[in-house]
Amino acid sequence: MLRRRTGLRLTGLLVLLVFTAFFFVPIVWLLLAPTKTDHQLVFLSNPFAFGSFHNLAHAWHAVFNFQNDALLTWVKNSAIYSVGGVVLAIVAAVPAGYGLALTKFIGRRTLLAVTLVVMIMPATALVLPLFLEINLVKLTDTPWSVILPFSFFPFGVYLTYIFFSSTIPADLLAAARIDGCNEWDVFRRIALPLARPVVALVAFFAFVADWNNFFLPFVMLPDSTKYSLQVGLEYLVNSTPAFNPSVPAVGATIFRPELALATIVAVAPVLIVFLFAQRTLVSGMLAGATKE
Amino acid sequence: MVLLVLFGIAPTGYAIYLALTTRTAHFAGVSNFTNTYNDFRFLPAFKHVAQFMVIWLASQAVFVVGLALMLHTMTRRLSSAFRFLFYLPGALAGAASVLVWLFLLDPSVSPWHFVLSALGYSSLGQSILPAHLPLIFAFVAFWTGAGGWIVVMYGALNNIPHELIEAAELDGAGAFRTALSVKLPLIKKWVVYMLILSFAAGTQLFVEPELVGQASLGLVSQSWSPNQLAYVLAFQNDNFNGAAAISVDLLVLGLLCAAALVFRTKLFEVE
Repeated sequence: MLRRRTGLRLTGLLVLLVFTAFFFVPIVWLLLAPTKTDHQLVFLSNPFAFGSFHNLAHAWHAVFNFQNDALLTWVKNSAIYSVGGVVLAIVAAVPAGYGLALTKFIGRRTLLAVTLVVMIMPATALVLPLFLEINLVKLTDTPWSVILPFSFFPFGVYLTYIFFSSTIPADLLAAARIDGCNEWDVFRRIALPLARPVVALVAFFAFVADWNNFFLPFVMLPDSTKYSLQVGLEYLVNSTPAFNPSVPAVGATIFRPELALATIVAVAPVLIVFLFAQRTLVSGMLAGATKE
Repeated sequence: MVLLVLFGIAPTGYAIYLALTTRTAHFAGVSNFTNTYNDFRFLPAFKHVAQFMVIWLASQAVFVVGLALMLHTMTRRLSSAFRFLFYLPGALAGAASVLVWLFLLDPSVSPWHFVLSALGYSSLGQSILPAHLPLIFAFVAFWTGAGGWIVVMYGALNNIPHELIEAAELDGAGAFRTALSVKLPLIKKWVVYMLILSFAAGTQLFVEPELVGQASLGLVSQSWSPNQLAYVLAFQNDNFNGAAAISVDLLVLGLLCAAALVFRTKLFEVE
């Protein structure tokens, strides 16, 4: 009996170790890759060796000088699209969640159900229809073509709805009304200051979703100076002889270490958010589905 | 509210309109649907995604639940360290995750080259053969997504009352038995929730085949997944109506999943 139990425990430990390697090794490898030369990546026997800072600096220069600072442009584009999308999403989602939670109007339940359905429906399903719509009003190839759809963030509405309906007592708002606040004042002076944590949460989720979005900017913005970082990464894959042999190796500046570095740059903002806000994000994921 | 109409309902309506009309805006009935269905790329695209889905959903159901149950028997600090490690790849969603996997699958640079060479692959072309793709995309999706779900399952497990587990232990159930007969049934609805959401997301596969297709030098079709086919139809074959028809197909699939989740399970309270 005792032996069987240790056996089970050992198997369990082994399984955990395998999965830890599966999840974690790629990240360590990715972080170390830019410190090595392409040659070292192939021929160094220990894949987890640290190269040198000199190599890192070299990769840094190569990747940032690629096609007149293209990477920097993409970073800037991504920042504009995501921040613009986040701001509009908050402006739209917070009052909407407030309205759904604390006012009574006809069709409220239907509206809430529709919000839930579009929240669960994957956003990519709407990309092509959205393109056709945006094309109709001639906004394709402008930043608005991604910012406006980004501002549509039903998950944010649902989160604020949960927050307002579970944490703010209706009596509090009624008291404010008796004291002479009009509806707008009630929202702005009472509800909004109390909702600060949920606004931060919505901002996090919207930012991560917008920053990582690939399909929408890919379809909307065909011009390489307007690429988002994610689409730019694909362009880089196409520009390296490592993954596209039709690119001549002579004169090419993007190799695997550079590509790895660009990937790190692309995920850095989200990774930082993850590291510092892990707890908040996790509680939000659960809040998305339980009403506690 | 306005946004919901503008960017949720209006595009849907417009897509349905396009799907039902011809290029010259005549009513076309279901001909766009039948035409795309008869397109030689249509069925393979859906078949690819179905293969991917079977592998991915099965591995998610087994490993996410298994790992969460395992972590739940550990001390709090140890399990939170593991949860964090598993969760981390979630930050590398989208194009970045695919790039990382291109590196991992390239035997010349992969930190797992011994695994690849044990399988007999010596070049990137060999490891991303078209037949391997459903499996590879399942790996990528699992790598980025599983951690988040493990955290959710763990949270659900934590909601199980302590007395219940203690009672099971008093009755002589070992850790294994408790996990299987007591904890698992109690988190079943979360497993269903995960599977439905993943199914809806899985039908939308785009970045993965797009990027791997680029790196495969034409070995992988540009219309590997239904979303890609719609994209190719719209932008290369100039057939917006056909593209709209496929979008509507996918939308209906996504809507069905969403509606099933909202109305059939009691996870989301509307009131």
